[in-house]
Amino acid sequence: MIRPVIVAAVTMCCLSVSAFAISDPREMLPDAGQEARAEAIGSQLRCLVCQNESIEDSNADLAKDLRAKVREQVKAGQSDAQIMAWMVARYGNFVRLRPPLTAATFLLYATPVLALLAGAAAALLGRRRQPDPPAPLTEAEQARLIELSRHA
Amino acid sequence: MNGAEMTRRRLMLLAPLAVVAAGGAAFWAMLQRMEQGRFDPHDIGNPMLGKKMPQFDLPAVPPSQGFSSSELLLAAQDNPVFLNFFASWCIPCASEAESLESLSKQGVQIWGIAYKDQTDKTRAFLDQYGNPYARIAADTTGNTFINFGLYGVPENFLIDRAGRIVWHVAGPLSDEMIEHQVMPAIAKARG
Repeated sequence: MIRPVIVAAVTMCCLSVSAFAISDPREMLPDAGQEARAEAIGSQLRCLVCQNESIEDSNADLAKDLRAKVREQVKAGQSDAQIMAWMVARYGNFVRLRPPLTAATFLLYATPVLALLAGAAAALLGRRRQPDPPAPLTEAEQARLIELSRHA
Repeated sequence: MNGAEMTRRRLMLLAPLAVVAAGGAAFWAMLQRMEQGRFDPHDIGNPMLGKKMPQFDLPAVPPSQGFSSSELLLAAQDNPVFLNFFASWCIPCASEAESLESLSKQGVQIWGIAYKDQTDKTRAFLDQYGNPYARIAADTTGNTFINFGLYGVPENFLIDRAGRIVWHVAGPLSDEMIEHQVMPAIAKARG
């Protein structure tokens, strides 16, 4: 009983991932392989109008034009890197949803590692600072302890 | 408590205060720059700035002639050309009309590109808000728009005699911008 539910859920997820904004099937390339490549490239490109959507997801006019540009270049046999470079030349690294590692983005990528190192350093220092365990009780103290617990 | 311990405690108390003060100062500086139009948090920066303008050849919005990038380059030999992308359906374009008019009165040649517009609507827009343009062309496909790295209208560019984009703003022109940015950029381009 559970199996069909899981299959349905997984299918729904996949469907929603591939539910791009292409509203007009004429936008799509006739070659399925080329269309898949164009979609993969387009989903890495930011729509400049609605800035947190990819051009494949956005319904903006400019996104539609940029989708056409990607498809035009895929059809003309340009490589993924060439198409990316074409976009970056016009819109800067901002157009890439996954920014490259540069001096400006170094902190962005390095923060998890730096935070881990800082945490490890703090833990190490904290451990070192712990005071020595107290010296064992002397015989007189032990005798007193026994006496006290007897009265309680 | 000894003296060294006291100093350490004071430092621990003051350190967060110093951080807050530095943050406040930075925030104030940012607001000041925004007010003076020197900082726009929405500006994504145009990588075309400092580079040669892309090539284009665009049809006319009659009765004005259309123009190509080589014609614009020719016109920029004497004085830098101010290039304005606009559209009749764009509200900020109407709001910058007065500033464009004032720029044209200061002797700057303004060339306009109407983005994805219909000729009769462009004409009606110019009749209503004034026509500061020496030449107007129509970018009906939006290709030139993309090649200039535009993502909205209006956007403004200044082209020098080498055909380079020496100044740019992604948004409407203002009188403050003319005074503090455009005129100094023109003076510099004239060299």
